[in-house]
Amino acid sequence: MPSYLFWLFSVIMLAGGAAVIAFRNPVASALSVVACFVGLAGLFIGLSAFFVGVIQILVYTGAVMVLFLFIIMLLDLKDEEKSAKPLVPIAAGIGLVAAFTMQLIGVLSRSPDTTAPALDAQTFTVAAAGFPASSKIATNLLSGKLPDVHLIGRTLFTQYNLPLQILGVLLLVATIGVVVLSKRQAD
Amino acid sequence: MASLNDYLLVSGLLFAIGLAGVVVRRNIIVVFMCLELMLSAANLTLVAFSRFHPAANGLPDYNGQMLVFFVITVAAAEVAVGLAIIVALYRARQTIHTDDLTSLKG
Repeated sequence: MPSYLFWLFSVIMLAGGAAVIAFRNPVASALSVVACFVGLAGLFIGLSAFFVGVIQILVYTGAVMVLFLFIIMLLDLKDEEKSAKPLVPIAAGIGLVAAFTMQLIGVLSRSPDTTAPALDAQTFTVAAAGFPASSKIATNLLSGKLPDVHLIGRTLFTQYNLPLQILGVLLLVATIGVVVLSKRQAD
Repeated sequence: MASLNDYLLVSGLLFAIGLAGVVVRRNIIVVFMCLELMLSAANLTLVAFSRFHPAANGLPDYNGQMLVFFVITVAAAEVAVGLAIIVALYRARQTIHTDDLTSLKG
């Protein structure tokens, strides 16, 4: 990814993140989270993680943030504007972030920096030797494309098959839990 | 080309913004959204490492992206349960301000 695109998406992401805290209105905060996640998805795609970028858009901005907006509108919060800003949490937040950022810069300035290894036709040709000759992955690699979704699917259903099944059970449990929690108590 | 440290710096800043939001904001829904920001910052770190430290065959290390996949899925389940708890809380107390929720305070 060219440098200017990296900084463009980073600025979109960080500005969206800062706007989440700055806006008083929760609906505006939720829409800022959407902007933040769109920038993040751009960064993912720039890192050649196409599948993760797409599910970031589909799952987070498409499903999760719409769920947030539904709940915000369902609860009908009117008295958000009333509270005077207490100074202690704001000072604590700024201090915490300043300490964290300084530590981050300190660590990063001393850790070795690397540039991205090349993902070109030569790398793909070498990697294609590790897959069965006429498979979809090898064919795509030999034609110079990164078969991101195929590679993720292969890893998911071979190496990570048991965690995937457990994840399915987790989603089922979460669904049942939500139904139980949101059922009105009969009294 | 952006280097690995650029990505780590940006994701660390996003994490810091999320942390500040959790500490500063009083609205429990906004606090919850800031938690999502922090999870996403961790995802960005994982994807950056997966791209910059390739596997033995030269392709990106897909183990890192598997972890991102699992984090996103668990976060979706967590949001569903968390929002159901917030709705139940609002029904019981008529508020979602963290200042008004002091039942557990000694």
